[in-house]
Order: sequence, then C-alpha cells, then structure tokens
Amino acid sequence: MNAAAETMFVAAPYQAAGKVVIECNVAKIFYGDFLAVRDSQVPIEKRKITGFIGPSGCGKSTVLRSLNRMNDLISIFRFEGNVMYHGQDVYAKKVDPVLVRRYIGMVFQQPNPFSMSVYDNVAFGLRLNRYKGDMDERVEKALKRAALWKEVKDKLKNSGLSLSGGQQQRLCIARAIATEPDVLLMDEPCSALDPIATRQVEELMLELKERYTLALVTHNMQQATRVADTTAFFSVDISKGGRTGYLVEMGPTEQIFQNPRETLTKEYISGEFS
Amino acid sequence: MTNMFEAADSVSPISGPPRALEYANDRIFRGIAWTSAFLVIALTGFILWEVGRQAAPAIQAYGLGFITGTEWNVNQGEFGVLPEIWGTLYSSLLALALGGLFGIAIAIFLTQDFIHHRLAMIFRTVIEMLAAIPSVVFGLWGIYILIPLLKPGAEWLHDQLGWFPLFSTDLAGPGMAPAALVLAIMILPTVAAITVDAFHRIPYKIKEAAYGMGTTRWEAILKVMVPTASSGILAALVLGFGRALGETMALAMLIGNANQISLSLFSPANTLASLLASTFPEAGHLEVQALMYAALVLLAITFLVNVMGQMVQQYTIRKFEGKR
Ligand SMILES: Nc1ncnc2c1ncn2[C@@H]1O[C@H](COP(=O)(O)OP(=O)(O)OP(=O)(O)O)[C@@H](O)[C@H]1O
Ligand SMILES: [Mg+2]
Repeated sequence: MNAAAETMFVAAPYQAAGKVVIECNVAKIFYGDFLAVRDSQVPIEKRKITGFIGPSGCGKSTVLRSLNRMNDLISIFRFEGNVMYHGQDVYAKKVDPVLVRRYIGMVFQQPNPFSMSVYDNVAFGLRLNRYKGDMDERVEKALKRAALWKEVKDKLKNSGLSLSGGQQQRLCIARAIATEPDVLLMDEPCSALDPIATRQVEELMLELKERYTLALVTHNMQQATRVADTTAFFSVDISKGGRTGYLVEMGPTEQIFQNPRETLTKEYISGEFS
Repeated sequence: MTNMFEAADSVSPISGPPRALEYANDRIFRGIAWTSAFLVIALTGFILWEVGRQAAPAIQAYGLGFITGTEWNVNQGEFGVLPEIWGTLYSSLLALALGGLFGIAIAIFLTQDFIHHRLAMIFRTVIEMLAAIPSVVFGLWGIYILIPLLKPGAEWLHDQLGWFPLFSTDLAGPGMAPAALVLAIMILPTVAAITVDAFHRIPYKIKEAAYGMGTTRWEAILKVMVPTASSGILAALVLGFGRALGETMALAMLIGNANQISLSLFSPANTLASLLASTFPEAGHLEVQALMYAALVLLAITFLVNVMGQMVQQYTIRKFEGKR
C-alpha cells in the first residue's frame, strides 16, 4: 500500500490566475472495472481556452466529456470526484444532466450531424430552447462563424449528411455555437479539417473566448500553442499493467511548451518517447 | 483473367492476383444470384399471366363496372367488388393505424434504453413469436374471446354515440372492429421488428449528438431518433400494410362476409381476400372467372401500395439523408 502510494504520481494543482468556471476534480473514472483516469484536477478558466493534450488513450476525451455529463450515456461509466460548475457539483444527485448540457455545449471528435437539413441542424438547439427571435439570422450567423456559410448558403435545405466530412464537422460546430452556451467543449474539432478551415475554426475559438469559455482537446501541438491559454498534459500509466490516464502537468501554455516542469511533458512536446 | 501488371516486380509475394478458383467462385455466385432473381420475376410473371388468363372472360364481360359494382349475385350473373375494395382498404388502414402506432411505440420502448437490453431481447422474441401464430388461431381467438369482449363496449358506444358514423350500427357478431383489431395484432410483429432494426441502425454518435445538445429523453427520441429512422419506419409500415391487405383466413372468420359499404366499425363487411377464400370452394365456372378478376384487383391494390410506399420512402431518404 505504501509502496504503491509512493509510486503514484499526482500533478501539483494548477493555481488559476483568473476566475474559474469549472473546477474539475477527478478522483477516479471507471469504465466498468477499468480505471481510465485517476487523480486529475483541471480548472477551466472563464473566457480562456483550456487545451488538453496527451497521447492517444490517455483519457482526454473521457475527462472532457465528464464536464457536461456526456458519459452518463455509457452505462458502465462511473465518476468519482466532483465537477464544480459555478459552485455547484454537476454530479450532485439533484442536478439534471439535461440542464448541464444546455449550458455546457459540446463538439465531438467525429462529425455527427443529424439526418435533417443543414438549416434544421443549426436551428435544432434554438428550437429546443424555444428561441423566439429571428431564426434565419441566428442560423446564418452561426454558419458564418463556423466558416461554413459560403459553402452551404445555397443548400440550406439539403441534408446535413450530404456535406463532406470537414463540412459536417463545421456544421456541428455551428450547431453547438448557435445557442451560445456558457462553456463549449471541443474534442479535436479540427481533426477532419484542412489547414484553411482549421485556421478559420481557430479564429472562431479566439473570437468565442471573448465572451465564452472553451475547453479543447487537440493532438496538434501547434494548435495548442496558437489558441490555448492554459494547457493540461495527460499521460498514461502502464506501469501496473493497467492503462490509466492521469494529469501530468497543467499550466499556462507558454510555460508548458517552453519550460515544462516534468520530463514526461518535455519528451511529449518535443516528440521524444520512451 | 490475365495479370497485366507483371511488370510490378518489386511487389512482395504476399500481394498477388486472385487465383483461378476465386474467379470461378465469383462467377458461380453471380450466376446463382442472377438465376434466383430471374426465377422470382418469372414466377411472378407466370402467376400474373395465369390469373389474368382465367380472369380474361370476366374482364371482357364486366369491364370497369366490376370495380364500381356493389352486387355479388351469382344467379343474376352480377359481379361487383366495390364493397370488398372498401372493406379491404378500411380494415387495413384501421389495422395499420393501430398496429403501426403500437408497433412503433414498442420499438421505441425496446431500443431507447427504457429496459435492459437483455430484457429487450426477450420481449422482442415474444413479439416475433406472435408472427408465428397461424392465422386460423387468430380467427378462433377473435370469435370466441375478442367478439364477446367487444360486445358490451360496442353496445354502449352505439347507444350513446350512435349518431357518430363510426358507431352507427350495433355489433351483432363478426364485423369490422374485431377484424381490424386482430389484423392490427397480426401486423404488429412485422412493424415492431423492422422498426427495432431501423432504430438499431442509428449510429451511437447521433444519440450522443442529441443528448449533447441538451435534449431530454423524449426530445431526443421524437426530434432526432424517429426522424433518423423514418425511412426504416416507413418500410415497416408499408410491409405491415401489405400484410394486412392480403390477410385471408382470420378475416374470413371475423369480418362477417357482408357485401356492404359502411363506415361503422361494428357492421359486418368483406374484403377481397376473404371473398376469395370463402367463395372459391363452391364457385361455379362463371364465378371463378369473376373471382380471378377480384384477385387481380387485389394484386393491383397491393402493387400500388408498394409503389407509393417506395416513393414516400425515397422522398424521406432524400430529405433526411441526402442520398440518391
Ligand atoms: N465507452 C467506453 N467504454 C470502455 N472504455 C472506454 C470507453 N471510452 C473510452 N474508453 C477507454 O478509456 C481510455 C481513455 O479513452 P479516451 O477516449 O478518453 O482517450 P483519448 O485521450 O481521448 O484518446 P484519443 O486521443 O485517441 O481520442 C481508453 O483506454 C479507452 O479504451
Ligand atoms: Mg479522444
């Protein structure tokens, strides 16, 4: 027990400078018996972009999706710890996950437009929230911000599934931002995009953070340095036969990339692997 | 097949051309597929031709008057199937409304995480077993259990709301209501099973997208899952309707075989299939010709329903999925 406790690395908590919207304190996250993530504290700061980086399978998506209780859909998922959103634990019994997701929106790793028209896809969240204003205007604005308007303005009535993969992803971004949620979680939103669209989406993120809070998972180191204000680096612990992810280091992006405290971080960002 | 790429000499021995046997298998399989397809078409054509040949004298004698006529009188040589056409469509539509609604509801219940998936499998098996019950058993069940069960309610409805066309007659025994109810139960497994498959085909990420937008469970089901599965659900309804149109035995036992057109749920009626089943055994030469004509009419109705179903389905696929 003691020996195990000694070898278990726990990252020093990151002391955020500004106001924290979501304090994510993961003790343990399980899928069935499988311990996917342990001991990770990730504060998400208001009007900042928090980047999540780390090798594949280290639990970035798992942690990100825990923030708005997306993982509740998976019956074997179990979360230990708490996620304080404006001072309230979103995992508290009395909290309705539906409400959490209305305030904390999400763009997924894979494009997942609904099988309905482009317009209806973007208007979906607006209709869900019984938006009374000018729907057309909102839809157009969201599509413009997602850098998709020019490509689809003449085919708003076509099915969202008739778009290309990259266009579908931007459609999903438009769908998520149309309702302007308080926090937007983005899980590798640019993995299906070309460099031009990637740049446009990054500009969107920078524009969005003026008013909203963003959390972004990315495999693209340049992207993290370009947009993230703070960066959390996760890694996998394979020492005990498991594959448990954990937070290695979190800090201002510049510090993480230029002056990492942990050797693991240094090795990862410079592309050296043990 | 010759290999035109012999020149690619740096290819490893692992990648090579398919062997002659593999090409032969391919050809054999294609042959079997083509033969089966051809046989199905040939058989359908043969049945149509044969029925048409036997019906030809009746078609010549009665023409379109057969379809608009309301009398079926062998002694006077009068044959008309309008009441049967009406009864076929009316009973099938009622069954479709009921069986379709319950079938879809059951499919939603089984696929949208209301119960554990193992329990759902058991439920599904039970429902599919409904489809294996012979229709004569349904007929008997209707006569001995359903009709007596319906009688008091039908009487009350007729007494209280007799002015309403649907309740304008009393249920004397067999009639439209028990027939349509049994039909609904009979098409329910078809509708439910195909709709379940349609829901199962929806990728998990679509469900995630719906909940990710902050939908409640009902919003996710009604605003995302059902539209996404709509082409499959339509296919289920078309198949169920087709089954209802052609159902014979249970209807012959339950609908009352009365040659009349009535909106009332409680009056006896008749359908084309049940007319065929109950009249054929004792039909004379002339009547058989008329019955063959009636069979052709039934085939035409079924064909039209299928074509229309296909069209609606193609439309929804285009609208929702954008594929051509
Ligand atoms: N639904 C699930 N059921 C069981 N195990 C899961 C599930 N989702 C993820 N896992 C496991 O949890 C671990 C972390 O997965 P996660 O998807 O969070 O990784 P990730 O860091 O996002 O990887 P990537 O960069 O490849 O997207 C993996 O070992 C994975 O196998
Ligand atoms: Mg991931």
